[in-house]
Order: sequence, then C-alpha cells, then structure tokens
Amino acid sequence: MKIRSMQRLLAVVALGAMSAISPAISQAQNSLLNVSYDVARDVFKDYNPKFIAAWKARTGETLEIKQSHAGSTGQVRAVADGLEADVVTMNQATDINFLVTKGLVAPDWAKKFPNDAAPYSSTMVFIVRKGNPKALKDWSDLARTGVSVIIPHPKNTGNGRYSYLAAWGWALKQPGGNDKTAATFVGQMLKNAPLFASGGRDATTTFMQRGQGDVLLTFECEAELIAKEFGRGGFEVVYPSQSILTELPVAIVEKNVDKHGTRKQAQAYLEYLWSKEGQENAAQNYIRPNDADIMKKYAAQFPAIKTFTVADTFGGWEKATAAHFKDGGSFDQIYQAK
Amino acid sequence: MSSSVHARVSGESLAVRYTLTALALAFMFLFLGLPLLAVFAEAFRQGLGPYWTALVEPDTRHAIMLTVLIAVVVLPFNIFFGLAAAWAVARFEFRGKSLLLTFIDLPFAVSPVVAGLLFILIFGRNGWLGPWLQAHDIKIIFAMPGMIIATLFITLPYIARELIPLMQSQGKDEEEAAVSLGATGLQMLWRVTLPNIKWGLLYGVILANARAMGEFGAVSVVSGHIRGETNTLPLHVEILYNEYNSVGAFAAASVLALLALVTLVAKTVVEWRMNKETAMLDAALPMESTSA
Repeated sequence: MKIRSMQRLLAVVALGAMSAISPAISQAQNSLLNVSYDVARDVFKDYNPKFIAAWKARTGETLEIKQSHAGSTGQVRAVADGLEADVVTMNQATDINFLVTKGLVAPDWAKKFPNDAAPYSSTMVFIVRKGNPKALKDWSDLARTGVSVIIPHPKNTGNGRYSYLAAWGWALKQPGGNDKTAATFVGQMLKNAPLFASGGRDATTTFMQRGQGDVLLTFECEAELIAKEFGRGGFEVVYPSQSILTELPVAIVEKNVDKHGTRKQAQAYLEYLWSKEGQENAAQNYIRPNDADIMKKYAAQFPAIKTFTVADTFGGWEKATAAHFKDGGSFDQIYQAK
Repeated sequence: MSSSVHARVSGESLAVRYTLTALALAFMFLFLGLPLLAVFAEAFRQGLGPYWTALVEPDTRHAIMLTVLIAVVVLPFNIFFGLAAAWAVARFEFRGKSLLLTFIDLPFAVSPVVAGLLFILIFGRNGWLGPWLQAHDIKIIFAMPGMIIATLFITLPYIARELIPLMQSQGKDEEEAAVSLGATGLQMLWRVTLPNIKWGLLYGVILANARAMGEFGAVSVVSGHIRGETNTLPLHVEILYNEYNSVGAFAAASVLALLALVTLVAKTVVEWRMNKETAMLDAALPMESTSA
C-alpha cells in the first residue's frame, strides 16, 4: 500500500519533470528571444506588444517575444556560450563586436540597419541635489576641489566607460585641448570620486539612497527611471555644454536565426524599431529617437545638447577601448598617478 | 567539562549575565532580525496594493512556480542519491570509501559560480558536449535541464551528509535481524531502515530544499535570464532590483524569506521530534547534535 503510493508519487514527479523540460527542448518557430541589458526592459515591455500586433496584421502570424535582461557584458558572454538569442539589443557596440569574434553576428552588422544599427540614443548627464547647491553646470565644475563625483567603474562598466569618454571628449574640445590636457582634467575629476560603483544601479543607490556625493553621472534615460523610483523631489538633471552620444545598437544573431528559421521575424522586429511607432515608443521611455518628427514632438523632454560620438571623437570603440580601458591604458595611468 | 563551564558562567554576577545575554540578543537582532524586517518594510513601502500587484505580475508568478518546480524535481534525485550513498558508506567497507566521501563533499567546497561555469564548459556552445548537443538540437544550458543539473549539484551533499552519521550510529543490527527473519531487501528498507532514519531524512530534505530554492550563483550562470522561462525567484529579485523596481524586488524577496521561515519552522519541529525519538529509543547514547 505504502509502496504503491510511493510509486504513484514518483510517477507524478517524473511526469512533472518531463512536462517542465519538454518546452525547453522544442523551441517553437514563432518565437523570438531578445537578449538585452539590465534597464532596457521598460522600452521593450512597451515595444513588444506593438510589434506583435503589427506583425500579426502584416502576416497573420502570432509571434511570441521572450526577453532576457542582465548586465550587458554577462549577457553577450551567455549568447557566446549558447544562449540562443535571435537578436541582441545592447548599449555598446563593444558588446556586439564580441559576438562577431565568436562568429555569431555578421562582421558588417552595423551596416545592416540605418544609423550604424542604433535606432535611438541617449547621452550622459549630471544628476545633482535639489537646488544644485554646488552650482555644477559643466564638466569643468566636476574637477573643482570639494566636489564629490559618483561614477561607476570606468574600466568594467558601460556607464563608467561612457562617463569617462564624455569627460575626456569634452576636455579635447576645449580651446587648446589635446590628449594631455584631457588626461589632466579627467585625472582631477577622478580624484573627486570617493569610490567607483560596481555598476549603474550601484552608483544610483550610492547617490540617492546613501546620500553620498554631489553629482551622479548617468544616462539621460535613467534619470527618468530614478525619478520613478525615488520621486522627483530630491534631485535635478543638469545638461553640460557637451556630452557623448550613447548609441544603443541592435543586431541579428545570424547563427541562431538560421537555426530557428526566424530570420524574417528577427529582421522585421529590429526594422520596426525605426518605424514611427518604434521611435515614439523610445521617446516615451526617454530615449532620444532618430526620427526628426518624433524628436520634435517630444522636444520638451529632450533639451538640446551638443553631442559627439565615440566614432567621431575616439575613432570607434575598438580604438577607444585600447587607448583608455585596456590594461595600461589612460585610465590605469591616471588612476595610478592618483 | 560542560558542567564546569556552566558552573562558572552561573557563578558570574547577575549584571554580567544579563549584559552578555543582551549583547548576544542585540547582535542577533542587528544581523538577522533587522535585515529580515527591512525586506518586508521595503516590500510594503508603498502599501499592500502595489505589493500584491508586484506578486501577481506574470513573470514573478512564473519565477515562483519555476523555483518550486526545480525543487520538486531535484529533491527526489537527492533523496535517492542520499539514501544510496549513506547506505553504502554506513553499512559497508570498501576501497575508495573515503574518496566517495570526498566527492560527496565537493559541492560544499566548490564555489557555486565555479560550479555553474563548469557546466558551461561541459554543455556550452564551445564546451565538450556543445557541438554534439547542438547537432541534436538538445538544450541543456540556458534552459530548464541546465538549471536542474546545477541545483542538483549544489544540493547533492545535504541528505547524504545528514544520513551518514545517523546510520553509522544506529548500526546494522536491526536490519540484519530483519533479513535473518526472511525480509526481502525492499521490505527491510521500507519497514526497518526508513522508519529508523525518517526524521534525519526529512531534516536533510528540508535543508536541501532550502538550498535549492535559494540557490543563486550556479543557477545564475546557466540560466540565461529569460523572463517567464528560466528566471528563478532569487534571479528575479536581482533583476527587478537592477531595474529600479524596489517594491517588486522586495516583494519577490519576501516570498523567498517566507519560504525560508517556513523551512526553519519545519526544521525546528523535525529537530525536536528527532531528538525526542533518539532520546526515547536509546537513552544511553548521547544526544545527536543536529544544529547546522
């Protein structure tokens, strides 16, 4: 009696296990996996239903879109190790280039879509305490003595790298600016950093919750997330005179779409990001659209700011990484001097 | 030895004793009670409504289900392996026994993250079995099987480690008596062995279950973080937190904390029953210390 009930229990458990495992083995043709970075979820949470509806209207096919979000570098690592992403949507070209070296993404991925395959962009801004008590208006103010700057680690976080290059690029563009003056300026700014946060979220918590620092460097689109989480009462956004344009690139993972037979769907999914709906969706999530009309419509939330890109100021990510973030690069030199 | 220590402690003045007790309690509260309270405080920061909305959100619900499902799949394997291993070690002498014991302890010694990476090395796209798995379209890593394997690896020692000392201390007299009276192997297992070790087994199951549900490191490496598909509760907590969704993150965390509290209560009950029974069965033997 007891033995029979035990057998029954085992049978139920085995059945449960099989039914749990089987959907993972048989991947349906009409589903896409979008592997992305941490905070991109809001954009795609709104975008996916819009695309699914558009795709259904166009082809009659009901598509399912799965999302994976985590730290960007770990995400591309997972795709390289076999996470079967159909598309990757990242916040730095470096991450996608890593997949090129693994033979998963076409080397000319940036040419497969307009705008170097970046449907939209953001920029680095300053978050300061309410009323801006230290009167921080531009990058030069961040190097003043007595100012405390919160920045994620420039060597191994996306936010940190963009912040670093933004400061460096600004210094280059000052009258008489060159790599030497830029290094001096960035060195002074880094001296004002009491610590290096381990990531964008950590930097935000340090600044907002622990109340450390006078200024936080972060993406314009994250300022909005911060407002949602912490309320608008405690901080102000300051736009410096110039900043870096942070392009958010997308790519098809060739190997996986071929395997899944989802090339058509993946292509359409990414193309739709450039459509009016896709661009408007980005704008609603405080990401700067490329489309001029949509940009005009949402101009109130995107103050004009002069921007430069990694490509035009640093010769692309490969060169920028080699010059600044590789071991022995400018960051190591400056930071050791500190 | 213990009685002399006891005498010396009670010989201290009342003030010293109360101060020490208060210090210990304050320490416990600060390091265990306060963080637990903080989880619930954060979860309910915007009230009951948002808390509930966060919990019934489909991805969170799926994460809870997945976490429970993995535990349900992993535990029977663990029970089987734990019983078999403990049986072999406690009842028989054989060559390589200490090697087996070392292997059982391996998951304790290996960092969970390293364990996860090991499975990537084996099953990953560029791993040893990667090309073969790809050719046959079998997904292990970044899917349910990989997460089960990783959890299995991490929780493997708990039941065996709990049963081995128990079965060693009980000896094999009763089992030999059963067999000499004509019991079959299965009858002996069901009528003699299992009833003797049931509380120890249950205790091991509870510990393994707690670990399986709370496991982060190894599972994080092999999960792929696909929402509504391969996101367990601990992973979901981290992701929500990184998305500036505090209420969601702490609501999910509060479910984990509740699971932990239930586990602790169950553990205490089992411990109590176990001690009572060992004390009753064999008053001459010193009580088995079971605090983990």
